[in-house]
Amino acid sequence: MHSTQPALRVSGLTKSFVVHAHGDLALPVLRDVALAVSPGECLALVGPSGAGKSTLLRALYGNYRADAGSIRVRQDDRWTELVGAEPRTVLDVRHRTMGFVSQFLRVIPRVAAVDLVAEPLVRRGVDAAEARQRAEFLLGMLGIPARLWALPPATFSGGEQQRVNIARSLIVDYPVLLLDEPTASLDAANRDGVVELICQRRNAGAAIVGIFHDAAVRDAVATRIHEVVPPPIASGVPHAH
Amino acid sequence: MNGASETPLLSARSVTKRFGGRIACRDVSFDLWPGEVLGIVGESGSGKTTLLNCLAGRLAPDEGSVAYESAAAGSVDVHRLSEARRRLLARTEWGFVNQDAREGLRMGVSAGANIGERLMAVGARHYGNIRGAAADWLSRVEIEADRLDDRPIDFSGGMRQRLQIARNLVSNPRLVFMDEPTGGLDVSVQARILDLLRGLVEGLHLSAVLVTHDLGVARLLTHRLMVMQGGAVVEEGLTDQVLDDPQHAYTQMLVASILPV
Amino acid sequence: MPDTSIPDTGIQDPAYNYAYLDEQTKRMIRRAILKAVAVPGYQVPFGGREMPLPYGWGTGGIQVTAAIVGQADTLKVIDQGADDTTNAVSIRRFFARVADVATTTATQDATIIQTRHRVPETPLREGQILVFQVPIPEPLRMLEPRETETRTLHALSEYGVMQVSLYESIARHGRIAKTYNYPVLVNGRYIMSPSPIPKFDNPKLDRSPALQLYGAGREKRIYAVPPYTPVKSLDFDDHPFEIETWSECCELCGSRESFLDEMIVDDQGKRLFVCSDTDYCEGRR
Repeated sequence: MHSTQPALRVSGLTKSFVVHAHGDLALPVLRDVALAVSPGECLALVGPSGAGKSTLLRALYGNYRADAGSIRVRQDDRWTELVGAEPRTVLDVRHRTMGFVSQFLRVIPRVAAVDLVAEPLVRRGVDAAEARQRAEFLLGMLGIPARLWALPPATFSGGEQQRVNIARSLIVDYPVLLLDEPTASLDAANRDGVVELICQRRNAGAAIVGIFHDAAVRDAVATRIHEVVPPPIASGVPHAH
Repeated sequence: MNGASETPLLSARSVTKRFGGRIACRDVSFDLWPGEVLGIVGESGSGKTTLLNCLAGRLAPDEGSVAYESAAAGSVDVHRLSEARRRLLARTEWGFVNQDAREGLRMGVSAGANIGERLMAVGARHYGNIRGAAADWLSRVEIEADRLDDRPIDFSGGMRQRLQIARNLVSNPRLVFMDEPTGGLDVSVQARILDLLRGLVEGLHLSAVLVTHDLGVARLLTHRLMVMQGGAVVEEGLTDQVLDDPQHAYTQMLVASILPV
Repeated sequence: MPDTSIPDTGIQDPAYNYAYLDEQTKRMIRRAILKAVAVPGYQVPFGGREMPLPYGWGTGGIQVTAAIVGQADTLKVIDQGADDTTNAVSIRRFFARVADVATTTATQDATIIQTRHRVPETPLREGQILVFQVPIPEPLRMLEPRETETRTLHALSEYGVMQVSLYESIARHGRIAKTYNYPVLVNGRYIMSPSPIPKFDNPKLDRSPALQLYGAGREKRIYAVPPYTPVKSLDFDDHPFEIETWSECCELCGSRESFLDEMIVDDQGKRLFVCSDTDYCEGRR
């Protein structure tokens, strides 16, 4: 039904955090990570807290910098390498191919919720009125009451902000989706709406990588599991060069 | 914005500027692509404003070059241009938003005249049309229409800054340089101007080089970031990456220094 | 011009050179004049000398006239159109004495006409020279106080600031409110101040058969408009340049075509309009 060729392919992904304030202390976080996700798949990252799941997800998006390895995304019938790529390449991939749902909404002052959600569509050239319609539809689907649509989300509850966040990230049909604990701050009722949305996207052919701390949510959306293990720490504290 | 453009809009190669024995800005190189907003952050004395002035043709670098891909004439070396052509470029294809709006405005003439000047400078001779264009831009920067004939000397700081933005954008520039565009303004006023800039930059597909010491402004407005310390670029990359995963010691210190609200 | 290097016995006071200025100074001023004529409307700096009257009284015009006058010339001097005001009389007498030159009040008989703030109503002809007294030669001075910057603006033909001032005038007054010293574009290149003549006189400058010389003594600049040069008053397409009109005519000669001065003739405030150009008015009576 969907292409069996992966939409996202990762190999040899390695990353350490170097905290210079602590005497250049190097904390290895990812070592030689490899995975592949195909359209219609939802890969759930599992592992203990602090194992590097969130770091891996952010590294896939280019939000965290990989030290070594390869992250390739299928775009325009070609593989685009993201590790070491120029900023405009990563921005182009984020614009057209890869979406990211973070745990927290980054609030922009003064901008109404509906406009925040519509923005990714407007940026792609969609007519402003049509974009706003689709934004309202999504917000409605996620249970945000209409009276909140024209307000900036700064005063919303955590759950409301997160649903605005999800709507903004999912309004565009990205072929690749990265989800970082998308239902963390939601109650059961709202959670179901989000799960429904994710499954819809998955079934429509999106390749998804996600972190779902709630087992029920994970069972509903994931088609595969990927275990993330923290890299071994050597006996002495390693320093960066 | 897509990655299909073949030539960068602005290219800096090894730009170096000294003041006497002091190096203000050292060996800076980068390419700016159409539709990108590049932020240059650093603390006072980092060389960011010197760099901006070298890029915008206001200061001649001691070494290195700045190339601009102009609409009509292809690639030009900004500092090899005649003064006449450089000034023409600055009035038509470029914009420069100063931190202090007074430096970028004629304080003694009306808002309408301020906005209309660039049009008149390239030959516009119909008063009604000029006035209409000025009124249109006034509304786009959210200044009330009845202030068209008022002079910026009677405006608040935020209004002056918005007027300066309008004055720059009326000529549909392709590249806008901004030096701390919200510096010194109240927080709520800042928010309004940042929102305006965000909308205009995206709506008009502007490219921009923005100097700021405020990482929040950088996060909001820029796609890419260059961090300067002591005249040198110590880190560069995607804005969110530089701010969320800083590699260099100085960048890490900067990010950690932001006061939480 | 006659050879003025040989002192003429017609001059009463041997302590002064012909036309007051020494020969080197006259040569320097003539060089400036030649440059000015070669680049119409461009302000040429010159080494202005101390003259026997203060700045603001026509020293620039006098130096230009002194450099070009010869014994074969006939000189007319007017001040706001009148031959008989104190200053016009003083300057005319000055040249009669130091240059032994014939003087006249009749415009058509003069070869050189030195004027303060007016152009004669009688049309000028080829061979006549009109010398203007100029207080501030820089037309952009009120908009841009820096001399370094105005020189650059002229050099680069960056005249947006002048158009801005006209825009501002319309915004404030509903029309271009400048009525004298109205800026003009000379030969399609330089913006020039025609001196504080009323805008009524601006059309007379356009393609005039006479040579126009402008002298500013305090600012030490000379500029010129050669004969038959286009001189265009600045305006907007939808606010075109217009000269003044009066509903009255001249009380003395009945003219409806000349520039009229308004005179208050008694303590009750009775007003009369009379021609500003005394020679023109007399010629019609």
